[in-house]
Amino acid sequence: MPRYAMVIDLDKCNGCYNCFLACRDEHYGNDYPPYSAAQPLRGHFWLRVIEKERGQYPRVKVAYIPKLCMHCDNPPCQQAAVDGAVYKRPDGIVIIDPEKSLEQRQIVDACPHRVIFWNEEKKIPQKCTFCAHLLDKGWQEPRCVEACPTGALVFGDADDPGSKVSKVLHSARAEELRPEYGLKSRVKYIGLPRLFIAGTVIFGDTDECAGGVTVVLRGEGVELSTKTNNFGDFEFEGLAPGSYEVLMQHTQYQSRSINVIVKTDLYLGENVLERMA
Amino acid sequence: MDEQVFTNCTVGGAIKVHVRDGRIVRVRPLVLEDEDPPAWSIEAGGRKFSPPRKTTVAPFVLTEKLRVYSEDRIKYPMKRVDFDPDGNRHPENRGKSPYVRVSWDEALDIVAREMQRIRSAYGPEAITAITSSHHNWGNIGYKMSAFGRFFNLLGYTAIFDNPDSWEGWHWGAVHTWGFYWRLGNPEQYDLLEDALKNTELFIWWSHDPDSTRGGYAAQESAIWRVWLKELGKKIIFIDPFCNYTAARMADKWIAPRPGTDVALAMAIAYIWLKEGTYDEEYVHNRTYGFEEFKAYILGEEDGVPKTPEWAGQISGVEPRVVRALAREWASKRVMLGCGARGGFGGACRTAYGHEWARMMVLLQAMQGLGKPGVNIWSGTLGAPFNGNFRFPGYADPDGKIIGDGRPDGIARKTAVNPVRQRLYRPLFPDAILNPPISWRGEGFCGKSIEQQLIPYTYPLPGHSEVKMFYRYGGSFMGTMTNTNRWVEAYQSPKLEFVVNQSIWWDPETRFADIVLPACTNLERNDIAEMTNTGGYSYHGSNGCNYRIVVYQQKCIEPLYESKSDYEIFRLLAQRLGFAEDYTDGGKTEEDWIRRMFEISDLPKYVSFEEFKAKGYFVVPLPENYHPTPAFRWFYEGRQCDTPDNNPTGGKLGTYTGKIEFTSQSLKTHLPEDQERPPVPHYTPSWEGLECALAGKYPLQLMAPHPRYSYHTHYDVHAPWLADIPGHRRHKDGYDWITIRINPRDAASRDIQEGDIVRVYNDRGAVLGVANVTGRVRPGVIHCYASSGKYDPLEPGRAYSPDRGGCINILTSSRLMSANAPGMAPNSCLVEIARWEEI
Repeated sequence: MPRYAMVIDLDKCNGCYNCFLACRDEHYGNDYPPYSAAQPLRGHFWLRVIEKERGQYPRVKVAYIPKLCMHCDNPPCQQAAVDGAVYKRPDGIVIIDPEKSLEQRQIVDACPHRVIFWNEEKKIPQKCTFCAHLLDKGWQEPRCVEACPTGALVFGDADDPGSKVSKVLHSARAEELRPEYGLKSRVKYIGLPRLFIAGTVIFGDTDECAGGVTVVLRGEGVELSTKTNNFGDFEFEGLAPGSYEVLMQHTQYQSRSINVIVKTDLYLGENVLERMA
Repeated sequence: MDEQVFTNCTVGGAIKVHVRDGRIVRVRPLVLEDEDPPAWSIEAGGRKFSPPRKTTVAPFVLTEKLRVYSEDRIKYPMKRVDFDPDGNRHPENRGKSPYVRVSWDEALDIVAREMQRIRSAYGPEAITAITSSHHNWGNIGYKMSAFGRFFNLLGYTAIFDNPDSWEGWHWGAVHTWGFYWRLGNPEQYDLLEDALKNTELFIWWSHDPDSTRGGYAAQESAIWRVWLKELGKKIIFIDPFCNYTAARMADKWIAPRPGTDVALAMAIAYIWLKEGTYDEEYVHNRTYGFEEFKAYILGEEDGVPKTPEWAGQISGVEPRVVRALAREWASKRVMLGCGARGGFGGACRTAYGHEWARMMVLLQAMQGLGKPGVNIWSGTLGAPFNGNFRFPGYADPDGKIIGDGRPDGIARKTAVNPVRQRLYRPLFPDAILNPPISWRGEGFCGKSIEQQLIPYTYPLPGHSEVKMFYRYGGSFMGTMTNTNRWVEAYQSPKLEFVVNQSIWWDPETRFADIVLPACTNLERNDIAEMTNTGGYSYHGSNGCNYRIVVYQQKCIEPLYESKSDYEIFRLLAQRLGFAEDYTDGGKTEEDWIRRMFEISDLPKYVSFEEFKAKGYFVVPLPENYHPTPAFRWFYEGRQCDTPDNNPTGGKLGTYTGKIEFTSQSLKTHLPEDQERPPVPHYTPSWEGLECALAGKYPLQLMAPHPRYSYHTHYDVHAPWLADIPGHRRHKDGYDWITIRINPRDAASRDIQEGDIVRVYNDRGAVLGVANVTGRVRPGVIHCYASSGKYDPLEPGRAYSPDRGGCINILTSSRLMSANAPGMAPNSCLVEIARWEEI
């Protein structure tokens, strides 16, 4: 018996939405009893791509976070359900029974990840099944994974040490979305966005981009150092929110220090270093 | 009943289609089987790269089921209620009046009768017709094939397409590096391997490969770009919009004002000249006319040195950033990418956009174009490729059923259009509303440079104006400039009769008198290679990880009363008395498919029956594959050794056989042209910030090719796409197009995220939903062109505000420059305001 898991490598995701569209294609207009009833034309996002714009002009990035049922080992939807309307299969997949869950709206509300959707017409809660109806017919992976052009979505048997998903899971970089919920997700992520602090340094005397400037970041228990590139740009990625000092140093220029409190990604703009007398 | 699985193909990749009880269940990428030929592999940076064993698909392909079963399907032949072919035709009501269902016989009888009437009253040239691009796929049933054979046999005023996606490369780069046989775009052979192994820095200028995906190459190259990043390669993006690829991969984003790229490029050349950081030996041996170029850049010609300060004033890019960029570029092995297929890019669809394309070639010439790791490469084509295997694309003479002149070719009898008169698509509204018109150059000048010089006038002396317009395929309304002029042309009484043969009710469908319902290519058989358009995009399928020829299997019966395009034209030809010629002596669609198979190299590998049953064939790479990188031959001073269809005997296609800083074709034929002179010049845009109009409309609109739809296709027939916030957004029960604005410009206009806004200028007004974002530079409004919807508040009234999102309503129909008839939608001034009434 496999134990299914998925890892989503956000560093490989280009935001094409194939996963979202493949999910709709699979489930719109298609009943798969006893796994799932058809997804409505719109309004449901069994796989939703969260788009997060980071930073400010001209230093912006976009992160995409595909979000689907986490198939938790400790699923709150199951606890909220009555009559066994939500069950966890031995292979790890969490299924909402489309018949037994009739009128059980509390199942939607139980999910802190908000990946369960209420079907107003059928009066049932609905969500991702990892395409269990296909896996049980011998498919190797759900539709979203198959449709991914870059291999950002990896799926397979976590108990098989030779499987790709198993290797990625043990790469140390794989983490849960919101581990504080304590749900033991079977969907994990690589490269979840945290915060960045970036900036640009200019030499005041020449008005040139200041390459090779040492920039030190201190705060929240970390001290990091980098050098500006030939455009005078620097960036610290993967930071926690909090207070930081950014120190720009060059042997021939006066140092410059900035203290910032970051709650979101921050581009510090252009910072001029004046030449030492 | 069990599921049946069929193979088919789309403009965004080859697919498997699952059908149960005659209904499509799902549409998937094509997963290869173990027996199919192995994948290639490339070793670079201590790693071995190999593509996955499946095709990718473009996002919209996964909505194909939705599109096929769309409520927007034309279900039956229709007649406009107030169109009476024997009485009042009410052309003024096109776009306004509803339709009534008629029988196929009645509809075809009316169309055939009108064709005969107009032919005998005015001559065959009074009928004109044109296809759209890419609403379907298949060598037999799609585009110039079934359509072209019919109209060539009938005789008609053909309408030249303009190279709308790569104008500047066609009208500019051709005069710098030849490649007229590729309409100005470069060969890209084996540059993936070259880039992985040898390139240090990528500069992607007006280039968003994740969005444009090599044109028709699904998402085959998406994994290549992941590899580039995994190898630690740096990418600099130059674009007023932090485009989709940039937002993920940019190490540096430089945002010039739209239409000022030429100035920026010239300042880069200036730095290299001043600092001596260019390849003098290459320039000396491989290029022509450098001294004149150098004199212009240094200001010796016009007294204006093209310094970073000069460029900074124009482009808004800080001079120090220009210097840093120039130095970075000169110090590394750089691949320059300028749009979907090497060339393309929104910057080439601006006023004088040909100058940008020329400058791109010249900058790389200064750095030794063709040297290992140094090229013009889009990162979307150039995988290891079997160029010896012949399967024609639909644009190749032997790839369509018109015939190629050889009785033993695809057709026994070749269909030749006897009518000499021509129209030109960007000028179509003017041709109807304000004839006579004239222009210079065929739309696609793929036979010679001189084709660009041929003068045309309409109407041709001794010829009638057009009286009948037959539109086939999807709608242009979202992709042609100054859209309201198309509305006016359609409503002109000069067009006595308008037919629209299409699959869906598209914006233009609603301007027809008779509407004929065609079926999709999932409802009929066909044959084609994935991504291979052929013709002037020769070997474009090297943007795929595998060369795959598909027997496009009919998955379901044609819906409602729709018919295949071939069948519709056959029935019309029957009424007009040339069905025998149209069918080439009785060929069915299956006969044509078999013929296409026979004239290709497929029979060397597989029987027709095997091919048809399996549904596809993967072309194997030769054993001991030997890469021949694009331009390496030129760099090394050899004859061309790539599999390109170079007609020059292995040289570059310019007059001198060198890269021309001073174009000899322009110098010979148009020496007095100040807007496209022999040496590229910077001329301020005819609709840019230097214009007086900028006082009234201070914002610059950029309208690039879309990320999530294709031309006008898929968009509104696949409402799932409207749940992608970068495409459309649902608000108050309507799917509005996304309009991007910088926070600074939004704040000064009291525009908030999610507000319904009106973008407008003297040409019209378009409504959409505001996305306030740091991804556009201040002063720029970004909205994807190619809306599939045109939905004016007052139906059918030109200049009524459009809530469909047809942004090209605002763009100018002025042609690129005096002698270059390209369109320039990215030179457009607008203002934006909240639309408070809604």
